[in-house]
Amino acid sequence: MTEQFKMDAPATDRRLDGMAQGLVGAPLDRPEGPLKVSGTATYADEYRLENLAHGMLVRAPGNSGRVRLANRDAVAAMPGVLAVIHDPRLLRNPAQGTANKAPVQDANEAHYLGQPVALVVAESFEHARHAAHALKIELEGGTPRPVDPETAAIEPQSSKGLDQGDLDRAMTEAVHAVDVTYRTPSHSSAPMEPHASIAQWDGENLTLRGSYQMLKYNRNELADALGIHPDRVRILAPYVGGGFGSKLGLAPEAVAAAIAAKETGRPVSVALTRPQVFETTMRRSETRQRIRLAADAEGRLAGIGQAALVSNLPGEVFAEPVLQATHFLYAGENRRLSLDLARVHRLCAGSVRAPGEAVGITVLECAMDELAEAAGIDPVELRRRNIPEKDPESGKEFSSRRFREALDSGAEAFGWSDRPATRSRREGEWWIGYGMASAARVNVLMESRARVTLAPDGSAKVETDMTDIGTGTYAILGQIAGEMLGLPRDRVEVVLGDTDLPPASGSGGSWGAASSGTSVYVACQAIRAQLAERLGVAETELTLKDGQAVFDNRTETLAEILKGDEIAKEGHVLPGDTSKAVRQATFGAYFVEVAVNGVTGETRVRRMHGSFAAGRILNAKTARSQCLGGMIFGIGMALTEELAFDDRDGHVANHNLAEYHIPVNADVPQITVELLEERDDWASPLQAKGIGELGICGAAGAIVNAIHNATGVRVRDFPATLDKVIAGL
Amino acid sequence: MQTSLTINGETRQLDLDPRTSLLDALRHHLGLTGSKKGCDHGQCGACTVLINGRRVNACLSLLCMHEGDEVVPIEGLGQPGALSPMQQAFVEKDGYQCGYCTPGQICSATAMLEEIAQGWPSHVTADLEARPELTTEEISERMSGNLCRCSAYPNIVDAIRKAAGETA
Ligand code: FES
Ligand code: FES
Repeated sequence: MTEQFKMDAPATDRRLDGMAQGLVGAPLDRPEGPLKVSGTATYADEYRLENLAHGMLVRAPGNSGRVRLANRDAVAAMPGVLAVIHDPRLLRNPAQGTANKAPVQDANEAHYLGQPVALVVAESFEHARHAAHALKIELEGGTPRPVDPETAAIEPQSSKGLDQGDLDRAMTEAVHAVDVTYRTPSHSSAPMEPHASIAQWDGENLTLRGSYQMLKYNRNELADALGIHPDRVRILAPYVGGGFGSKLGLAPEAVAAAIAAKETGRPVSVALTRPQVFETTMRRSETRQRIRLAADAEGRLAGIGQAALVSNLPGEVFAEPVLQATHFLYAGENRRLSLDLARVHRLCAGSVRAPGEAVGITVLECAMDELAEAAGIDPVELRRRNIPEKDPESGKEFSSRRFREALDSGAEAFGWSDRPATRSRREGEWWIGYGMASAARVNVLMESRARVTLAPDGSAKVETDMTDIGTGTYAILGQIAGEMLGLPRDRVEVVLGDTDLPPASGSGGSWGAASSGTSVYVACQAIRAQLAERLGVAETELTLKDGQAVFDNRTETLAEILKGDEIAKEGHVLPGDTSKAVRQATFGAYFVEVAVNGVTGETRVRRMHGSFAAGRILNAKTARSQCLGGMIFGIGMALTEELAFDDRDGHVANHNLAEYHIPVNADVPQITVELLEERDDWASPLQAKGIGELGICGAAGAIVNAIHNATGVRVRDFPATLDKVIAGL
Repeated sequence: MQTSLTINGETRQLDLDPRTSLLDALRHHLGLTGSKKGCDHGQCGACTVLINGRRVNACLSLLCMHEGDEVVPIEGLGQPGALSPMQQAFVEKDGYQCGYCTPGQICSATAMLEEIAQGWPSHVTADLEARPELTTEEISERMSGNLCRCSAYPNIVDAIRKAAGETA
């Protein structure tokens, strides 16, 4: 039944290239599109269950002290109120991605302002909202707690760092040296669908309709939080309104809904308000990064240093992995990389789209721009000169790396040769400048399972608990199955987002497509083998196309071969030796034209181009959209996005979409994306790598570098808001 | 509180808590969950519906203010198998990813084309007297009340252009 595949050797057979259906890679529309555009795709908080009650979370008003519900009885007696839940099992903060167990559970002690400590359950949303506002939380015996990473206690993360050669000496001997400190603020994923769960018990069995990215982990996290066996928990998430990391781990609303549903004997919906999304889901840690670059007269790097400071709540192991791609992007034998974690009482820090590279490569790329300027070398040429032959630390080969091609092809497509000298091109009151940056992101394959069933009529069904958070999973899994089994796309049904189905990798870390896609591929291989066996031919001799098998100069339909039987196979992929044998990563380059207003300091992104190499592209349309999404996150990061924390108590001062500025349509030009043809045999048998995060891994750097080219102003404190730009004008 | 209004062409009598927003009336009481709640504050546009032909954030409006109004949320624009040209264009141009902002984008875009047809100027219209043209700049400006964190903006612009070409 189950076909297991471990990625222990490069998949040089490239089977997908020999298939006949022509689906993989094609820019096909998303099959679920008609549901999404007509409002009939159903998201977590959209199941109108009979007798549904509504819950509203109530949060701690400070970051320290014992929690007391001052007027609990009065609130419980308010109209429509069914229960006031204050339960030690409530989550302090969401679980980190792939945690697989409950995070810290504490409703009795405040750790950060905004921590959920109670839930008011009522007959209607209006009653619950009103009563939740009325519930008064008092904190007793609190003490002042650190909220500023720059002054808080530090825990060095030595396992993440490296000290190779002698960076200090390299800096002294360098012809061109850069030693600069940059700061990036905290960011919020801010998915458009607020986190929400509907919990429903049937005896001792719990069904949770939730908005989650990684169901197999979320199920264990929920069971652990409630103290029940995971077999009793089912999670459904067929449609997820964006996640970007914030829905990786189980979040407080799910546990609160489950406890409330048990206590009231009714299904309970708990949806976060938008301020709650900003204050109780994950933030990307702010960073302070000191970059040192030591180069010779030609700009060749002899040394790289990156010393980063990040922060998190006490009790959380996650430390923004800032150094992740600095380890291998550029050459230089003297390397000193270090990461420090400050303990602060701000909301929990965790994964936000491309944890690590989104900030780490962005800042490295700004420093590279400073080096290019200091050395008088074109920024693209500087990168080209510093592409290492092998991983500069481990000495391992790269699996596949079309980095140089991305730089060259991107520069050509953008018209980089027309780049103005610094602060030299002016149109009316606007300064015009070009900037570029490299893109890099580590690549990972994760364990994943899927079942593929070939029905007697020759149609197929793919089933897995994998999620589609906008990433295109419905599209690509159908394309892979259709390709392997020789079926038109509309003959393959894809069912996702249900923990009753085989457990998948989940959507995160850019690994979802290659991992879940491989599980489908493996299952289809097994089905092909069985079809071949029925026909008495070798599987490799079998051509499947449009529901027919062609072999030995004969043709039979699948229905004829199946003779009323169905073939069901489960594919199970495990990462193996290839994850260690070589350095696996995705690469690219961004090119940007900005106009900076000489009077106001306002920056407009006029043009933006990205060239990316991420192995085989599974669907050119959805892959392009993922790149656009990442690059536009980069626009926000460069120009507007910043979670602002109050110095006194660490609360989020801009907890809504009017004050936390994500890019809007008018902030974004008609961006162009180029996806380079590539096969990575070491990454997966699909030769595909991850692409969901590559678009943000340096993008903001290209914009800030363009601002410098336009105006001569270096902003080293993200985002480059007009006040910071105008100060230098 | 009694409110009588037309929703997708059908007259509805609702007796709801006066605090109920038009958005929650649709989502919680009428089973019309196509209109999304992204913020409940009038900041994101996910809840955009058409009221008497104009685009409105349903979260910022109480149900009881709509006595006699004609409300058309996304479900009324078209359904799978019979999509409107705008809906079809969003599918073809990948004018979405997760789909959560999409009903609001489509309602907004549908009404926006009508506003341009009627000659309403925008912040970026150079000549207030002339009929505004459907440029990328005009579309982006007029669609900036509808946030999309998946950031499908370039594709949304392409979809609107395509739909406008077909309906023009
Ligand atoms: S939900 Fe109405 S504008 Fe955001
Ligand atoms: S499609 Fe996800 S927010 Fe727009």
